[in-house]
Amino acid sequence: MNARLAARDLACRRGERLLFCGLSLACEAGDALHVAGANGIGKSSLIRILAGLLRPFSGTVEREGMIGLVDERLALDEALPLGRALAFWESLDDSCDTGRAFDLLQLAQLMDVPVRYLSTGQRKRAALARLLNSGSPVWLLDEPLNGLDRQAQAAFEALVAQHCQGGGIAVVASHQDFALPSPRRIDLAEYVA
Amino acid sequence: MIASLLRRDLGLLLPGGRGGGGVLPLLFFLAVAMLYPFAVGPDAQLLARTGGGVIWVAALLAAILPLEKLVSGDLEAGVFDQLHLRGVSEELAMAVRLLAHWLAFAPLLLLATIPAAALLGLGEETVRTVLLGLLAGTPGLAAVGLAVAALTAGLRGGAALAGLMVIPLAVPILIFGAGALARPDPSALFLTGAISLGLVALAPFAAGAAIRAAREG
Repeated sequence: MNARLAARDLACRRGERLLFCGLSLACEAGDALHVAGANGIGKSSLIRILAGLLRPFSGTVEREGMIGLVDERLALDEALPLGRALAFWESLDDSCDTGRAFDLLQLAQLMDVPVRYLSTGQRKRAALARLLNSGSPVWLLDEPLNGLDRQAQAAFEALVAQHCQGGGIAVVASHQDFALPSPRRIDLAEYVA
Repeated sequence: MIASLLRRDLGLLLPGGRGGGGVLPLLFFLAVAMLYPFAVGPDAQLLARTGGGVIWVAALLAAILPLEKLVSGDLEAGVFDQLHLRGVSEELAMAVRLLAHWLAFAPLLLLATIPAAALLGLGEETVRTVLLGLLAGTPGLAAVGLAVAALTAGLRGGAALAGLMVIPLAVPILIFGAGALARPDPSALFLTGAISLGLVALAPFAAGAAIRAAREG
């Protein structure tokens, strides 16, 4: 798995407000990074900048390897059964062996349920299943534990550890504690402009 | 990849699809054709002379109805973000959606033109000109609609605004498309087609840029 994620001297402005500046980070294969900070400090913006969905006010981001993003937006068709909604992304990702992720996240029995009937935690698990099946080496996770019960949280933390052991990169933005294999932490409060 | 996108978009937009309301523009179109004779009276000559134009106006207004759900739902759900991360550019996603939008709305509109023409008592020659004109003009209407739907997707009251924005942009298509009815030669039809193709070429780029701009908002 060839993965690298590096950012230099990032600054982020939303509207008239400079959220953070002077932030640099570098992740090589196998690295895990926990981005911490209070609500509204710019964790989600940082994740979107790293993903290339938001332009930084200044600074550069270099990426190697496909990005997998999980944020609060599900991007699954609400009216479709979960299995078919996920199948669209699987066809784009050329995923194989999708059953493993569904077993790990206990989604197998929900495949016939329309997405709009799923609970918050079940929706989150569906987004995580898409992430697993996409096979992307760089994981950008925005509050991935929100809505998950304790058992699912532990299962997902184990999955992240496994991903990093296999040479992947995980960047987790969360105000909660997240058990990472070799915990590196960035506290956004130190970069507030 | 394009096949997957097109299949999903068609599932969303086709009548009876998940987007819902696919038949509504059609019923609206037929309703206008049905109401017009009630409003102006049963003068067959007047109806035959003005009916072609009425069909064009009805088609233009019917093209506005599906715009509400064309882009905004997927924008809010983050579908375009996930596509972007998989290397599908916004322009490609919009080009595919344009094709799906046209397929979901134009062929049925052309079919509905035949009963509408019967309600207005149009002659055979006029019906043919209207059908050819709509065939040439609907891609352009779909393109304008898509670009405007993408521009207004993130806004509150975007659907109503989209309707107002489509009308002036669609006027050239209407002028030449309906203008073909008043001329014996097909030059106006060719111009309609030319305008349509120009709009079809531009729309994916305009709509793609609008989606990228919405991310920054």
